[in-house]
Amino acid sequence: MCSDCGCHHNKNHTVHNGERALLKTAATTSTVINVHRSLLFENNQQAERNRKQLRQHNITAINLMSSPGSGKTALLERTIDAFASRYRIAVIEGDLETENDAKRIRAKGVTAIQITTGSACHLDAEMVNSALQQLDLEQIDLLFIENVGNLVCPASFDLGQHRNVTLLSTTEGDDKPAKYPVIFRVADLMLITKCDLLPLLDDFDPQQATDYFKAVSSCAPVIQLSSKSGMGIDGWLEWLASHQTNKTTDA
Amino acid sequence: MHEFSLCRGLLQQVMQISEAHQAQAVKSIHLKIGALAGIEVELLRRAFPIVAQGTTAQHATLEITTLAATVLCTECGQTSVIKQHRLTCHHCKNRATQLLCGDELRLENIIIKQPRNNEQHDVQ
Repeated sequence: MCSDCGCHHNKNHTVHNGERALLKTAATTSTVINVHRSLLFENNQQAERNRKQLRQHNITAINLMSSPGSGKTALLERTIDAFASRYRIAVIEGDLETENDAKRIRAKGVTAIQITTGSACHLDAEMVNSALQQLDLEQIDLLFIENVGNLVCPASFDLGQHRNVTLLSTTEGDDKPAKYPVIFRVADLMLITKCDLLPLLDDFDPQQATDYFKAVSSCAPVIQLSSKSGMGIDGWLEWLASHQTNKTTDA
Repeated sequence: MHEFSLCRGLLQQVMQISEAHQAQAVKSIHLKIGALAGIEVELLRRAFPIVAQGTTAQHATLEITTLAATVLCTECGQTSVIKQHRLTCHHCKNRATQLLCGDELRLENIIIKQPRNNEQHDVQ
C-alpha cells in the first residue's frame, strides 16, 4: 500500500496520473494547488500595464529584435532622419554594456533611455517600465524599443509593445529564420537589412530568406532595405505610418 | 539562456502560493511546455534547483509535460501536427495557418506539504 495516501500502489509517488489527488500522511497533508498560469505571468502582467500606459498616451511602441550587428541602430538613425518632423520619437536602448547606441540616437536630437542589462540576454517588461518612467510620455508618438542583440531570448518576453519587428541582415545568412524560428514567428514584420551588400554576397538569397520566414510566420510581410543607401526605406516608413495610432503632430 | 529568467518567474509564483497556503515545503511542480515555446526543457530542469536553492521549493520535483504543436489550415480547414516550427498545412501545403496549441509555457499545479488542510485549491 502507498505510504502517502493509502492507495493500492506499492511505490511512493506524488500524484496519481491525471487525478486531482489529496495525499495524506498522519502529520501533514499534501495538497494540490491548481494554477494554470503562464510561467511569464508576472512579466505578462507588467507588459499589459506598459501597453495600457502607452495607449493612454497614444504612443505606438515597436520592439526591434535581431542578432547583434544587424543594423537596428542604423535603421533607427535613418528612421529619425525621415520621420522626426512628422512624429515625436523616443528610443529605449537595451544592451548588456555601454551607452554607445543611446549616444548615437541622442546625436540625432532624440531622447534615448539606455537600459544596460548586465548579463541578462533580453529586455523584460519591468525594465521597460523603469525606462517609461524616465520619459515624458506626453511628448512621444512613436517609441522604439531596441532589444538586446540576440536571436533567441527576446522572443519570449512581452514588453508591452504593439508590434514586433525582426531584422535579418544579409551578412548573417538566409537560413536564420529556419535556425531561429521563435523570434521570427513572433514578428509582425521582417526586415532584410544591409541589402546594399547583396551584389557582393553569393550566399544570401532574399527569396530563400523570405521562404524560410514564411514557413515559420505565415502572414507577416517582408521588406528589403538598406539604411546606408536608403533603398527600401520608404516601404518601412509606410509600414510604420500605417501602424502608428491617430496622434500626429503639427510640426 | 533565458531559462534562468523563467525559473525565477516560476519560483516567484510558486513561493507566493506556498506562502499563502503556509506550506512547509513544495513537493512537486507541474509544467506544460509547448514544442514552440522556445524553451529547452533540460536547461529548465537544470536551472530550477539552482534558482530554488534555500527555499521551500528546493527539493521539489519538476514534472514537465511537453505538448506537440498543432496548426489549423485557413484554406482546407484541416489540422496538422507540425515539427520544427514549419507551420505549413500538411494536407494542402498552404502556409496561412493558425496555431492552435504548442506555444504553452504554463504552470499547471503545485503540490505542497501542509500541517493540515483538506481542501483542493485553485489560484484565482
